[in-house]
Amino acid sequence: MNHWIIAPVILPALLAPILAFVMRHDIVLARAFSAVGTVAMACIALGLALLAADGQTHVYQLGNWPGPFGIVLVLDRLSALMLLLTSVLALVVLIYAIGSGWDRRGRHFHALFHFQLMGVCGAFLTGDAFNLFVFFEVLLIASYGLMIHGGGAMRLRAGLQYVVMNLAGSALFLFALGTIYAVTGTLNIADLARIAREMPLEDAALLRVAAMLLMIVFAIKAALFPMQFWLPGAYSEAPAPVAALFAIMTKVGAYAILRFFTIIFGPDVASTGSMAADWLMPGALITLAIGAVGVLGARGLSRMLAFSVLASMGTLMIAIALFTPQAAAAAMYYMIHSTFAAAVLFLIGDQITRRRGQVGDALRVAPDISQSGLLACLFFAAAIAMAGMPPLSGFLGKLLVLDAARDAPDMVLIWAAILISSLVLVVGFARAGSVLFWKPAGLAALQGRPDRTPDRVPDPDPARWAFAAIFGALFVLAMLTVFAGPAMTYLDATAAQLFDPSGYVSAVLGRGLEGATQ
Amino acid sequence: MEVLVASAIAVLTAAGTYLILRLRAFPVILGMTMLTYGVNLFLFATGRLTVHAPPILIKGVEVYTDPLPQALVLTAIVISFGMTAVVVMIALGAFIEHGDDRIDIVDAADDTNTEINR
Repeated sequence: MNHWIIAPVILPALLAPILAFVMRHDIVLARAFSAVGTVAMACIALGLALLAADGQTHVYQLGNWPGPFGIVLVLDRLSALMLLLTSVLALVVLIYAIGSGWDRRGRHFHALFHFQLMGVCGAFLTGDAFNLFVFFEVLLIASYGLMIHGGGAMRLRAGLQYVVMNLAGSALFLFALGTIYAVTGTLNIADLARIAREMPLEDAALLRVAAMLLMIVFAIKAALFPMQFWLPGAYSEAPAPVAALFAIMTKVGAYAILRFFTIIFGPDVASTGSMAADWLMPGALITLAIGAVGVLGARGLSRMLAFSVLASMGTLMIAIALFTPQAAAAAMYYMIHSTFAAAVLFLIGDQITRRRGQVGDALRVAPDISQSGLLACLFFAAAIAMAGMPPLSGFLGKLLVLDAARDAPDMVLIWAAILISSLVLVVGFARAGSVLFWKPAGLAALQGRPDRTPDRVPDPDPARWAFAAIFGALFVLAMLTVFAGPAMTYLDATAAQLFDPSGYVSAVLGRGLEGATQ
Repeated sequence: MEVLVASAIAVLTAAGTYLILRLRAFPVILGMTMLTYGVNLFLFATGRLTVHAPPILIKGVEVYTDPLPQALVLTAIVISFGMTAVVVMIALGAFIEHGDDRIDIVDAADDTNTEINR
């Protein structure tokens, strides 16, 4: 039993209370510990990814209680990938939060940040459905604090909506878990996978209800239609680094769907069959459409970015809803890409907004901003990544999704939705870019003013580290593009592992699926 | 007893759902609380309803109640208690900042309609 598997949960769980109790008055110390903790987390995640790369499923039994009786943490390729994604994103966001001074605008940013990481990492590692609920609550309660970090009337109100939405989701989650327990008598994911495959078709009605409830819960987290209404308000009102960190939160929902509806209620399970795909696909298509239309219609920059996140979730869920190994690999590639693309867009949006003074993030022409050339380039790069234009990884990701959908029955619909929405996203981002960067420059030229007019909003601070974080995220996207081949090799193996639950089940229970059927 | 427990869960859930759909924070929080009560009862019932039976092994006892749902309910109660505290704090904050406890977000441009919507 490798004790490093639990380290991504233990490390933030120990660090966060220390940050909250010991270092709450010393921002320098808190920043140093928080940064060191996040770097250590990234190193651990890298080590675990290397460990999981051997294709084995590694099981950590808490308290050494075996199999379905104790709580297990399970590290396979997918968990390791998600941990690595989380920790690298956390590093980028933390550098930005420190560099831009966001962490000083309210109290306990670093403590909440690490509690959030603990919840996210725990959700990715756990092999127990009720434990997943507990880690969901941990990450949610930290996200409530982060969401209203810095305060403000609008933010509090948006935060209240976000909290109520998620509390209702939690109640639904408990209903689903209760139903599952009543039907199967277990909440261990591997044990559930075994029982779901054994269950006679005529007894499986309640199990189908539970599976559907679970999908609704995860769809709330993943902001899938018709549960997407909370996302634009919450993401656009959240502080920028928090919105960037929340890029992983929707992915937790996507991960949970990918995990539960392949290993437990996979396409090979007779009692649920293709139910998941039948419901997910229309939801994903409509989510994509809503996201694209929202990007065109948004009146504020951060709201537009929130809708673009919605569109990317639509694309991601389309790939997941295909439920083939090839599509799952494409989905994971797009998941990595869209996490960083969304995060970097929110960070750039924050740099733009804070330079526009009174106008804030409203999409209308305002006096030229300082460093507008650099910010325009960054915005352009991030926007083509998000819209899925070459040469960045968004293009490759969408290409992979399209390729995976080639043999699907509703291939025409999927291709049309993805291609048209990409065009709409390009138009939306181009409009925003021209309003933010070109028209102010034209305005200045028309009025015959020199470039550096005194009425321009003064630069708040150069914020080198903030830009370092933005460049770091863009660098990850570039690397994802350059090393798309090796990445896809890893992801193909991950998808193959995911669609063959016998490895997972035998690692956790000590016996395979076949042995249990007798 | 089954009818009693089932109808209690149904009434709590229905009332909770209705209250959550209200426009103001206070009924919504009450609704959340009721919904979590309903959930807790439901979880309790998932281990089958058994009365006067111990949850842990005792010599000479034949009938046991399922201990796992009790542990789950305990966890769920603690979590929902904490969550209620958080949501009350956030709702109070929003109320103090805004001056009313409406839960929907009205765009700045549509603020003229606020009075009518009340």
